[in-house]
Amino acid sequence: MEPVILVDRVSKRYGPALAVSGLHFAVEKGEVLGFLGPNGAGKTTTMRIITGFMPPSEGRVLITGLDISEAPLAARRKIGYLPETPPLYPEMEVSGFLGFAARLRGVPGSRVPGAVDRAVARCALGDVRRTIIGKLSRGYRQRVGLAQALVHDPEVLVLDEPTAGLDPKQIHETRCLIRELAGERTVVLSTHILPEVSVTCDRVVIISEGRLRAEDTPERLVARLGAAGRSREFIEIETEGTPAGSPDRARAALRALPGVASVEVVGPEAAEGARILQVEIEAPDLRTGLRGDRRTELARALLDAGCPLYGLRRGGASLEEVYLALTTDEAGETSDGETRAADGGEARIGNGEETGKAREPAETAS
Amino acid sequence: MRNALTIARREIAAALASPVAYVLFGAFAFLFGYFFADYLQSFVEAGMRMSRMGGGSGGTLDVNSDLIRWLMASAAILVLFLMPLLSMRTVSEEIRSGTIELLLTAPVTDGQIVFGKFLAAFALYGVMLAMTLLHLAVLFWYSQPEVAPILAAYLGLALLGAALLALGLFFSSLTRNQIVAGLLTFGALLVLWLLEFAGQRGGAGGRLLAYLSVTGHLEDFARGVITIRDLVFYLSFAGFWLFLTRESLRSRRWRG
Repeated sequence: MEPVILVDRVSKRYGPALAVSGLHFAVEKGEVLGFLGPNGAGKTTTMRIITGFMPPSEGRVLITGLDISEAPLAARRKIGYLPETPPLYPEMEVSGFLGFAARLRGVPGSRVPGAVDRAVARCALGDVRRTIIGKLSRGYRQRVGLAQALVHDPEVLVLDEPTAGLDPKQIHETRCLIRELAGERTVVLSTHILPEVSVTCDRVVIISEGRLRAEDTPERLVARLGAAGRSREFIEIETEGTPAGSPDRARAALRALPGVASVEVVGPEAAEGARILQVEIEAPDLRTGLRGDRRTELARALLDAGCPLYGLRRGGASLEEVYLALTTDEAGETSDGETRAADGGEARIGNGEETGKAREPAETAS
Repeated sequence: MRNALTIARREIAAALASPVAYVLFGAFAFLFGYFFADYLQSFVEAGMRMSRMGGGSGGTLDVNSDLIRWLMASAAILVLFLMPLLSMRTVSEEIRSGTIELLLTAPVTDGQIVFGKFLAAFALYGVMLAMTLLHLAVLFWYSQPEVAPILAAYLGLALLGAALLALGLFFSSLTRNQIVAGLLTFGALLVLWLLEFAGQRGGAGGRLLAYLSVTGHLEDFARGVITIRDLVFYLSFAGFWLFLTRESLRSRRWRG
């Protein structure tokens, strides 16, 4: 079956500057593709080329087999596009604007009210139907932007940073909505927020400096990086806090094990009650020759030391680590990347705001 | 056509939702009314002088050629000064706010976008012209002007407005700043207006300059004369700038 979107060796030059270089990937029907890359990597440029906003300097883009440059109107009709800044007319009412967007995208006049009703329901805009767009909050505007992208029920949705500027609750709602929309439709969304990718996307394309760095499912990307031996393994153990002054038996026991590089306390350490230890195991396969899952071993060591064990989970290489490895080593920032990656258990990336910032790993008391 | 109308409809609604259109309508109505009152007064005074001197002295006054003609010629100057205000935000505002991305990725051609914008501006200009019918109605109440020359004059004004709006649309598509667009348009129109005076020097060069003057072509229309030469000038002038506007949009696609 032919892919819904085919980006075929696309390059884009702005004068002498090469924004996108030989980008090649395909998106199958019903897939949600995450387009990941640092700011300025060429994400927006690529999306603008896919949506027919600008022509590529080289290569071509096919939307359900239609060349976006050669059959622009037919191809564009199949696309719903939410640019980085939602294209809204502040003086219009929400429903009036959606009606305009529907007609502009070729919905026949008689079917416009129905299309607007569906988009309003889909994006939960019922309360603000008759409100002037200029008076809406940022979250609502983003939703109106999403509504205009899907008002004509397109086969392809292209969303440029759909959750930018939203609060955590709105981010969650938007991601759920995108998941709902997938299936029938094909979605391409760009982001620089990593958890968004693991939550919403079936497949990831990582680009940096206009070049494709990796293309796979989030899980396989992580696995691939782990197999390459670049990763350290992280295991989180929930155990009991140590009263001040008494020796920390749990950490001593864990550190004594072969291959354990460090044992860090994650989060605040309460004198009483539970705490979480993060055990870093260096190059689990290559350097020590120790293979496989170390969890049983860790648990036994802990219990033998007389410490309680409340929970235990394996972190593995995170998507963040993959991303940093792929997007920073060209720029010679690997060491910085690894500092950040070292802290990167997936569970702790949380709600995305912090991914851009460099975080210091928790102090290692050794 | 449907696409152009969709765009034009939104454009008109947006203009009517903002104060700019009303300020413009008000300014035009006020200035036109001022010219009207002024010319009417001179006309009436001249008529009274003539009747004091006793009729039959050869000169007669005619509403069409002695009042309406000059009124229409003055209206042309008003149009020249006010059109930049009507056209300046059409495209530049879309560029500034990013809504241009919605238009350029919709299944409509660049030509339809430009034509829709042009139609909207022209329709608003039509409203302005319609307001002046009120003044002329007064003349019809008190005298019997000929209708045909008046229609010719309105045709001339409509064509003049179309030409100027097309030029304004082009400058609006060059920049994201509507003030800059307005000033560029105004500057260009000023030059085209002054060509009329430069053209009075005569010679082949003078004739060419005079031909390029936008207001010069209105004189015949104001007298009630429609010539192919003037029709061709205005239509090709508007077409030329609309074409350039489309090319400007296209080049914006390449530049992103």
